[in-house]
Amino acid sequence: MRWLLKFWDSTVGKKVVMGVTGIGLMAFLLVHMAGNLQMFLGADAMRRYAELLRTSEELLWVARLGLIGMAVLHIVAALQLTAINAKARPEGYARKVPQVSTLASRTMRLGGILLAAFIVYHLGHLTLGWFHPALVHLQPYGNVIIGFRSPLVVAFYVVAMFFLGLHLFHGAWAGFRTLGLAKRSAEPLQRAFALWFAVIVSAGFALIPIAVYLGILA
Amino acid sequence: MALKLDAKIPSGPLAEKWDKHRFEMKLVNPANKRKYSIIVVGSGLAGASAAATLSELGYNVSCFCYQDSPRRAHSIAAQGGINAAKNYRNDGDSVQRLFYDTIKGGDFRAREANVYRLAQVSVNIIDQCVAQGVPFAREYGGLLANRSFGGAQVSRTFYARGQTGQQLLIGAYQALEKEIARGGVRMYERHEMLELVLVDGKARGIIVRDMVTGEIESHAADAVILATGGYGNVFYLSTNAKGCNVTAAYRAYKKGAAFGNPCFTQIHPTCIPVAGDHQSKLTLMSESLRNDGRVWVPKKAEDCGKEPSQIAEADRDYYLERKYPSFGNLSPRDIASRAAKEACDDGRGVGPGGRGVYLDFADAIKRLGRQAIEERYGNLFEMYQRITDEDPYTRPMRIYPAVHYTMGGLWVDYNLMSTIPGLHVLGEANFSDHGANRLGASALMQGLADGYFVIPYTIGDYLASNKLEKVTVDHPEFTAAKEAVEQRTRRFLSINGTRTVDSFHRELGKIMWEKCGMARDEAGLKQALVEIPRLREEFWRNVRVLGTGEGLNQSLEKAGRVADFLEFGELMCLDALHREESCGGHFRSEHQTEDGEAKRNDERFAYVAAWEYAGEGKAPILNKEPLAFENVHLSTRSYK
Amino acid sequence: MNLTLHVWRQPAPGQPGRIVDYPAPDISPDMSFLEMLDVVNERLIERGEEPIAFDHDCREGICGSCGLMINGAAHGPMKLTTACQLHMRSFKDGDEIWIEPWRAKAFPVVKDLIVDRSAFDRIIQAGGYISAPTGTAQDANALPIGKPEADWAMDNAACIGCGACVAACPNASASLFTAAKITHLGALPQGQPERMRRALAMVDRMDLEGFGGCTLFGECQEACPKGISIDAIMQMNRDYVLASATKVEAKEWSGSA
Repeated sequence: MRWLLKFWDSTVGKKVVMGVTGIGLMAFLLVHMAGNLQMFLGADAMRRYAELLRTSEELLWVARLGLIGMAVLHIVAALQLTAINAKARPEGYARKVPQVSTLASRTMRLGGILLAAFIVYHLGHLTLGWFHPALVHLQPYGNVIIGFRSPLVVAFYVVAMFFLGLHLFHGAWAGFRTLGLAKRSAEPLQRAFALWFAVIVSAGFALIPIAVYLGILA
Repeated sequence: MALKLDAKIPSGPLAEKWDKHRFEMKLVNPANKRKYSIIVVGSGLAGASAAATLSELGYNVSCFCYQDSPRRAHSIAAQGGINAAKNYRNDGDSVQRLFYDTIKGGDFRAREANVYRLAQVSVNIIDQCVAQGVPFAREYGGLLANRSFGGAQVSRTFYARGQTGQQLLIGAYQALEKEIARGGVRMYERHEMLELVLVDGKARGIIVRDMVTGEIESHAADAVILATGGYGNVFYLSTNAKGCNVTAAYRAYKKGAAFGNPCFTQIHPTCIPVAGDHQSKLTLMSESLRNDGRVWVPKKAEDCGKEPSQIAEADRDYYLERKYPSFGNLSPRDIASRAAKEACDDGRGVGPGGRGVYLDFADAIKRLGRQAIEERYGNLFEMYQRITDEDPYTRPMRIYPAVHYTMGGLWVDYNLMSTIPGLHVLGEANFSDHGANRLGASALMQGLADGYFVIPYTIGDYLASNKLEKVTVDHPEFTAAKEAVEQRTRRFLSINGTRTVDSFHRELGKIMWEKCGMARDEAGLKQALVEIPRLREEFWRNVRVLGTGEGLNQSLEKAGRVADFLEFGELMCLDALHREESCGGHFRSEHQTEDGEAKRNDERFAYVAAWEYAGEGKAPILNKEPLAFENVHLSTRSYK
Repeated sequence: MNLTLHVWRQPAPGQPGRIVDYPAPDISPDMSFLEMLDVVNERLIERGEEPIAFDHDCREGICGSCGLMINGAAHGPMKLTTACQLHMRSFKDGDEIWIEPWRAKAFPVVKDLIVDRSAFDRIIQAGGYISAPTGTAQDANALPIGKPEADWAMDNAACIGCGACVAACPNASASLFTAAKITHLGALPQGQPERMRRALAMVDRMDLEGFGGCTLFGECQEACPKGISIDAIMQMNRDYVLASATKVEAKEWSGSA
């Protein structure tokens, strides 16, 4: 096991952990988004989906713990790397102009913090009911409709999804590169997959609060 | 006191000399090697390869370089390639042919035995470099590729794109770093050698300046190796790196090492012409370009101002192809350079100031396609475009000769030892292998041959056959040398005159280029011998070096180098004046054939001129090492 | 043309420095950037002021000595070009030019624009070589290497060790430098025996020197005057993961600290 600690100690090791957990979380996002879109199929479909997820309480907790573990590893590695990177340049430049780095790459840390805050809010909102006026167990359709009555909540969700898109635009590209899973390329900064993934996932999620807000879902 | 120059050439047939010598030399027992310490000054191909190899053998090595990393030595800038008699092309190459080409290319002014050994070990160099991971160019079948170079009719040059020197140096550098990590080599970066220390007549150490702290340090050892490169920067404008200097070699000369053939300098025919007074250095365009480029000037002087595309084929003078039909554009460097000068002297030069000729790729692009040319020379073309703002794919390059390499250097015997016992000199810093002119792709070969395959044997012989007393840096000779260096530093800083170091360097360069450059004559050289001492006198009276000796001071570094150039330039002119013949890179206008070719005088000058320092203000003493040619016929060099 | 320079001046390591403004009149567009600095320095000396110290040597883009942050870009505005090969025609009359040293904890400033890049040498010492002592080699053609592999090795071997990748990286990471060497040697059959050991030791040394980690901003690739691709970093990570997962005794490969 010593090699694993040594591996985690290195910057490459931490990045690889971020890549693996990031890709795992990407898979979760895709499934989560596809599930959410059943809102457009109506309340019955959503209830059946909710019941399906709860077929086995044990398996559900396995999945939950897996997700929490990935998120924690992802965040801890990011925090440690951020600290290392900050120390690597104690004195900055008077002038520094980004040449090719994307806005997405430069906002990973900020966006990451926002997303972490969002996840806490989101769980408290639609899972635990802390911030929900009337959460009813196994009534997801109604919970969502009621949950998005407030324009402020909708706005927060949409903004968070925009940052999720940015995070994915960099992460869905960088994760595979960090793991060495991309092909060598004459234009390594090209990222068609990450672009599509980011747009589809973030738009797919954002669609629901917007639809509720506009009254398309009621 | 005249020196006794003993070249120590082993007896026996040429092809067997090196083997025989290797057997006859004394060996140092493996367990005893770690008891010997060796100083290597310079970390280029010769220095790095020697330091790494000696450390691998078990010696204690200290290596010094003025750059911030040994990887930056100027060997890195060699573009074209490295020769080796591998005969992979099956085109008639052999050790004998590489030997002959090199001797002939050097205009019969090199030592046969040294050159033959060079050709012999050339094949080992390629093997060694490949084993280290040097990514030489390959064919699709996976075997090594070759290209042709000037002065040869076989294809024996190995290359790594246009960065062969870089790749070979990185190979040697990596071997050196491996030995540094192992503890066999102690590396001193940003340290400049300022004095050689002799104890009992033997080289036993050096005085260096730590260029960051300014501290003057003494280092003692059992033997000293100088691999400090050439002195082309005496011309101020050259293709050498800005830091290249003669100081280490010149300090050794002043301590008693004879200087061999200082006037033999190589002017490279394909450099980017000077753009203006601000020019700080000249950029070489690899000779390999002459494989596919055709050199021409307008036939009529009045066409010179025209766009090259407006000059009809019939109005162009492809002068190398015309004058030297069998070698054409691949004529040796000295010949191609002189031909360019002649064309420009004739008023047919092109570009600003009329000092340039065209190197045209239009035919090659038509024949092979742009992509093939891009593949071969892409990086060189880009470099040309960056510097001149002209596109060489559509407009012929403008080139002009520039100082590039110095064949002269400290005199060494067959063992690469100078006239000071224990002082060994490798690579461009010695005089030994290239005679009066070096062929393309031979400098890398010589540097690595000396460092990897010659010095590891011969230095062992020196150490095993001499009883070397233990010497420490507390010895009075070290104290005195250190004091002299410190005094010199104080003197530079105290003059506080009105002119910058660079302005003196530039003026010296102008004198050297005009009077001791591509063509020399008695009147000009004599004039230079008046002008240089005058400039030197002004330097010591009127130079301005600001700052202090403690800490990094680039003006102070330059001042030391230029002060030595100001003495050394005189020695060069003296040598050029005395050699009343034309050979290789040394062209005396008085000695030429009717059609303007160099006219050698073998009866009077088939010798190495080894100059000996006679003391301050005294004329140096000329010693001669006669050159015996037993295996080649002394012919008039012809590339027609 | 007439320019205004804002140059970082710092007398010695560890001492405070500051940006000093210098007018630079009568600059020819045909000058290289370093020749422009030469001219400025000559004028400074004539005025009795200490010249600006900057590293430079070959001035043909291959030795890797020069390295300046010019207007916020490593080696200045021209792609694939070192500061010494950058020409003043890339600037306009009246331009203001900010000139700063490379900034990284692992590259402390020595004086003015000169930094200490010996951390790079130590990364190479950790394993950036093939152990092939002189005299042990077989015939060079005994080991065929396909052209694509040889070319890929050469692409990465082209690194000049200038440090622009570190300077440009927002994390001051030396990943591109380290990866280029790991990839160069790892692409060749000669480099295989030490490949795993090399990846582990070089990456660990890189971290130990205080460089940051790679977060794939891509700035290094853009700043690299030799066009080395971030594909190399993929290769480094692959080798590092593989090497970590396969057994190598730790004390065997940890670089000397």
